Amino acid sequence: MAVGILGRKVGMTQVFDEAGTCVPVTVVQAGPCHVLQVRTTERDGYEAVQLGFADKPRRLARRSEQGHVTSKLVTKRAKARAAAGIAAVAKAECEPQRFVREIRGAAGELAVGGTVTVEALASLPNVDVTATSKGCGFSGAMKRHNFKGQRATHGVKKCHRHMGGTGCSAFPSRVFKGSRMPGQYGNARCTVRNQKLVRIDAENNLLLIRGAVPGPNGAYVVIKQTNTL
Amino acid sequence: MSQQILKLVEASSLKEEKEVPQFDIGDTVDVHTRILEGDKERIQIFSGVVIARSGTGCTEMFTVRRIVNNEGVERKFPIHSPRIAKVEVKRSAIVRRAKLYYLRDRSGKSVRLKERRREEVAK
Repeated sequence: MAVGILGRKVGMTQVFDEAGTCVPVTVVQAGPCHVLQVRTTERDGYEAVQLGFADKPRRLARRSEQGHVTSKLVTKRAKARAAAGIAAVAKAECEPQRFVREIRGAAGELAVGGTVTVEALASLPNVDVTATSKGCGFSGAMKRHNFKGQRATHGVKKCHRHMGGTGCSAFPSRVFKGSRMPGQYGNARCTVRNQKLVRIDAENNLLLIRGAVPGPNGAYVVIKQTNTL
Repeated sequence: MSQQILKLVEASSLKEEKEVPQFDIGDTVDVHTRILEGDKERIQIFSGVVIARSGTGCTEMFTVRRIVNNEGVERKFPIHSPRIAKVEVKRSAIVRRAKLYYLRDRSGKSVRLKERRREEVAK
């Protein structure tokens, strides 16, 4: 069954566990998520549940986004389909959603229009968290690939943070493809795996995940059952 | 909003107002820490001068400095840690700054701080 939820990173802090040990945690405000669609093998070729998180004001939502969640939107196509006697597709009947993602796996008891809350993760000890990492722009090799740079003295001139040689000498006298070099760093999809769920606060829809989570505070994150063994 | 949520999360880890140890910078204190040895718990005491306090909420820490065998030893404790059983103030001192890092550069007689009498505080 698909076990996952969408949320928003709030920030990091620390809490004390029962043994009195200090645990660094990331607070994530997760759910309640609406189930917008259910994918099935017969129709879509795979099984998944499409979730939506955080309401979007209707004035900001496109017609397609509104039509995705409600059957009340009047469209030519809906009229034509009704006239042809085709049954309307079930919709979640909620506000347009800001963050929509699919969680792979069989729907189980979930149906379109249902909700997923943090309690769905109650039985999970560990989770995977996916988000877009902080963008660092065009970064040098030291920051991007943890290269050592060059010496501070001994004749190094104005290239203390540069990478060393790349093409060697007579052989191979070219740069191998895929060599690690400066370039765009961050702002990419990133997953941290097997993070411990420290606490679940169902009242306030909060998850406390041990350790760091990709992205800046306020970033949208996908939290899933871990796939590590 | 996010700060409020973080406060909410931290609230469960904070000590109650009565239990939060009360002391000032420059105080000579005995810090009673609970230590688990095997399955037995005992209290260990670390005594010294409070030279700094940092952080807010449940990340608030304080630094205690003492001299052992002519060697300075500093320990940082989380104020809200359940392992800190008690902080006993033995002596207060007149100090004019929040961080007493200058004590690290001193040795012998000059480490001493001028005592502040509790009666003076009452006035």
